[in-house]
Amino acid sequence: MNVTVAGVLRLLVLVLSVVVLQLAVVGQVNVFDANADLLPLVAMSIGLLAGPVTGATVGFLLGLVADMALLQTLGVTSLLLVGVGYLAGRYRELRDATHKMVPPLGGLIATLGYAAAFSLVQFLLGVESPVSPLVIREIAVSALLNGLLAIPVFTAVRAFLRADLIDDLRPRRRPVTRLRVTT
Amino acid sequence: MLALLVSLSIALLTVYFGESASGGLHAIQRGFLEVLAPLQEGANRALKPARDLVGWTGDVFDAKSENEDLRSENERLRRQVAALQTAERDARQLRALVGLNRSEGFPDGYDTVGARVIGRSPTVWYSAITIDKGSSAGVRVNQPVVSGAGLVGRVSDVSGGAARVTLITDHTSGVSAQIVPDGPNGLVKATVGNPADLLLDFVQKGRAVRTGATVITSGWRSSRLESLFPRGIPIGQVTRVDSDERELYQRVHLRPFADLRELDVVEVLTRKPAPVENAQVTP
Repeated sequence: MNVTVAGVLRLLVLVLSVVVLQLAVVGQVNVFDANADLLPLVAMSIGLLAGPVTGATVGFLLGLVADMALLQTLGVTSLLLVGVGYLAGRYRELRDATHKMVPPLGGLIATLGYAAAFSLVQFLLGVESPVSPLVIREIAVSALLNGLLAIPVFTAVRAFLRADLIDDLRPRRRPVTRLRVTT
Repeated sequence: MLALLVSLSIALLTVYFGESASGGLHAIQRGFLEVLAPLQEGANRALKPARDLVGWTGDVFDAKSENEDLRSENERLRRQVAALQTAERDARQLRALVGLNRSEGFPDGYDTVGARVIGRSPTVWYSAITIDKGSSAGVRVNQPVVSGAGLVGRVSDVSGGAARVTLITDHTSGVSAQIVPDGPNGLVKATVGNPADLLLDFVQKGRAVRTGATVITSGWRSSRLESLFPRGIPIGQVTRVDSDERELYQRVHLRPFADLRELDVVEVLTRKPAPVENAQVTP
């Protein structure tokens, strides 16, 4: 990613907009008693598009702004989204991230990992009530919803940051080769 | 860079966890919410039609099965209303006898501040909402929050124009409660991951608990301490009772009256200022 003042400002606007959208709208829409979570999706998308360092940094900022806005323990969401952004960026470096299925599968796996790690951190910090097995169902539904939302979210993030991206991970078409018929 | 971000997150977590609610990070957080709350409120209002559309689609699927349940519940409630009307008439006469004058269905000594829900925690582990009223509207930490149906939670943090409400389904929540009309007391706790199921714990074995009974806040008061929740706010209805021989207490499950996943508007119960009485000087 090209690091310019305009690019950094665009990222900050993106972070703020995503958090506001998540808290005010997406978080309040229940589908099968669960809701989608844009935060891991956006962290993953940035990681895939701009690499591990930018992915981790944006993940940190997303978590920080979300924790600030929700008046909840600072640092938890940041820590986990740093991991999501970084791992997505590493995937881009090591594998072919241009495949169409990378965003939805990545969104599903990122959400599952993020939710599982969040649960682990909560257990470490102390849970004062019994935990229902329905937590697992809610995490699974949320991951599926995120998997479905991953393509539009990834596309929107790519469109928003296109001016700053070195490689925007568009699926590459195979070159058309002309067959020569020899007699 | 990665190490720096991870260290920063852990440092934030450690400092935040260790400091009191009046600490520096908490103050920064409240200031940030002050700035963000108008944006959240704007987005909430602007995109409400889209949110309602998605909600309506889901509701259509649930409506059919819910209709049958509601019919049977209606019959039960009709019988209950008849019984309650008789009890209410008796109670009115008894209250008149002892000179009590209570307002109906509302705890004494409280005013209400209506507030709109502008944010909701996205994770199952934090059951909290953000409302668009804060200290400037008279909202203070630990004030009870109700919806039209019953108890919702309590205010856990306040900034000037917004507040965080920890719901009764949060794992840190605990509400002293009583089953009416039979009377056993207990503590209502959440079941993480299942907002339709609360747990009334510490109900002594041997106390009869009827399925369908109503649970209200018990609102205890001692010489030094007072419950955060006034007496009489409906919490939920008993759905089942678990009794294990190895345990001292029975665990009563209840379904909250308030639909905690679909909150749009809530009311904060703020305490009325104490009436100023003319001092009487006695010789």
